[in-house]
Amino acid sequence: MDIHEYQAKSLLAGFGVVVPAGGVAYSPDQAVYVATELGGSHWAVKAQIHSGGRGKAGGVRLCRTYRDVAEAAQGLLGARLVTNQTGPEGKVVHRLYVERATAFEREIYLGFVLDRKIERIRVIASAEGGMEIEEIAHNKPESIMQIEVEPAVGLQPFQARELAFGLGLNLKQVSQAVTIILGCYRAFRDLDATMVEINPLVVTKEDQVIALDAKMSFDDNALFRRPQVSEMRDPAEEDPREAQAAEHGLNYVGLAGDIGCIINGAGLAMATMDTIKYCGGEPANFLDVGGGASPERVGAAFRLVLSDRNVKCILVNIFAGINRCDWVAQGVVQAAADLKVPLVVRLAGTNVEEGQKIIRECGLPIHTADSLMEASQLAVRLAAGAVA
Amino acid sequence: MSILINQHTRVIVQGFTGDKASFHASEMIAYGTNVVGGVTPGKGGKTHLGRPVFNTVKEAAAATGAQASLAFVPPPYAADALMEAADAGLELVCIITDGIPSQDMMRVKRYLRRYPKERRTTIVGPNCAGIISAGKAMLGIMPSHIYLPGNVGIVSRSGTLGYEAAAQMKALGIGVSTSVGIGGDPINGSSFLDHMARFEEDPDTRAVVMIGEIGGPQEAEAAAWIKENMSKPVVGYVAGLTAPKGRRMGHAGAIISAAGDTAAEKSEIMASFGLFVAPSAAELGTTVARALASVA
Repeated sequence: MDIHEYQAKSLLAGFGVVVPAGGVAYSPDQAVYVATELGGSHWAVKAQIHSGGRGKAGGVRLCRTYRDVAEAAQGLLGARLVTNQTGPEGKVVHRLYVERATAFEREIYLGFVLDRKIERIRVIASAEGGMEIEEIAHNKPESIMQIEVEPAVGLQPFQARELAFGLGLNLKQVSQAVTIILGCYRAFRDLDATMVEINPLVVTKEDQVIALDAKMSFDDNALFRRPQVSEMRDPAEEDPREAQAAEHGLNYVGLAGDIGCIINGAGLAMATMDTIKYCGGEPANFLDVGGGASPERVGAAFRLVLSDRNVKCILVNIFAGINRCDWVAQGVVQAAADLKVPLVVRLAGTNVEEGQKIIRECGLPIHTADSLMEASQLAVRLAAGAVA
Repeated sequence: MSILINQHTRVIVQGFTGDKASFHASEMIAYGTNVVGGVTPGKGGKTHLGRPVFNTVKEAAAATGAQASLAFVPPPYAADALMEAADAGLELVCIITDGIPSQDMMRVKRYLRRYPKERRTTIVGPNCAGIISAGKAMLGIMPSHIYLPGNVGIVSRSGTLGYEAAAQMKALGIGVSTSVGIGGDPINGSSFLDHMARFEEDPDTRAVVMIGEIGGPQEAEAAAWIKENMSKPVVGYVAGLTAPKGRRMGHAGAIISAAGDTAAEKSEIMASFGLFVAPSAAELGTTVARALASVA
């Protein structure tokens, strides 16, 4: 799960990370009110969407007057921002964060990530922070400092000092940076994050070290023990169909094709989509019904797939282990009763005979297939209108 | 032979008395698995499915000589159960549970390193279908009838795609020595590479199928190892060619990820290291047949 910048900053501030003063706004009036409360003469009005690259996409406006703040807020709220991390559809701005602007001398990159290769938390730092960090990592990998954290003891102060000195900070700045590095690490560990990123971490003329931006992502599997994180979920940032799917215990991702897919297991779902493509068709979605798929859940899967108007054919591919083919078949038959598009069903595994019998004897025009290849070929032909 | 388990392996079930565990333990017993007992804290001294129940894994191991465990423990308590099994000295724990926090698995993996290599527990899973040595023993939730006993090993991240491979092979009369589901989580108890090494040493395995997915470095690492160390032919497949590129947050992931994360890249890496790459998931069986013919 991802959260907004202002939420990440409030969490990190609780771990001793220094952030600029700021407030959330949902309207231009509110943005001006926040600016007056903050005081000062320069403010940053920042679009809150779950994505990096906002600066480049015009999502951060520097303002010198309250009128500037109002205009910036007016322009950003409701706007669709497209960054290199949102995908081409972009994200609509519903919230703003208004901060006192900070004049700074240097920008540093600081990142923490759960690295599955080493199965540890990895800390990444670069003296060249800001917007081009991926290019720097690619072109000058030796300029990126990295530390692997030993899970039994956690990140140690000497490691944070090594990073801080390595970044070329002076003595006044080093101790502040160490506090921030250790604070981010503790937040990562104690809140079950998968990513914490401060880009940029800035140094001011007065030797202050401040987190000017903050991003955090969290492990969905650990939300049960992190209520302070899970309550930060913003449904407006989620695809409505994916959110609806999650409510039914389904995993759905919409795609551009016309063959709707209902499959159990993420691996088999991807493999079936690949096979459809291999046979010359285009999958309309990824959908994993998961283990223990009840007739109700199968029904919800059909409704979800059919909510995509491009779907010309549905392919159900179930290889039951922990699932039961007869249960799935009951759900399929109920859902297929008033279906307007052709349906191909391939069942295998636990209780396959009972499941196939239910499909055969239901009297509905359901196409059946024994193998993955046969099912995919049939679905591709049906979607193209080649067979009745 | 086979790897990890056979008909003699003494098996306990952690979370023995739960509904799902009871159902799958019965299936395992029916398949011929030597289930010698189970563990449910607080239910020690009772009998379940005709086997003794213990409060702790240590007690169970002492009383039954258990070597392996199947863990059916809910996510919040799963890491604890794995460390308990490791501390009791079990050789193998297979964990089916889906939804374990990554940092818990990170700690479990670190905990295992307290023990010298020769007595270190092997963890298979989490979020997997389990292990089956065809015709001998099953430690998992798979439909056992799709596995014909034979000489081809399977290692798969996906449970259902592993079934697909076994079923296609059976249709061609090709049997399985052992099939291992390593699970789809970011941090696995054991990797492709761990099991490849076992299959290489198993005299009854003549070829191996490795079924991967998008994401993570495991498939590429295993492929490089196979090229250097493996005498037996290996069939590779990676699901997710049509998977949409995920939305992402921040730069940190991009900075640490080397090339070779996508299905297309991984398939290419596998081919470059001499694996038999199945052109589609529907051709896993026929590709295995081709690999076997190459050494016949």
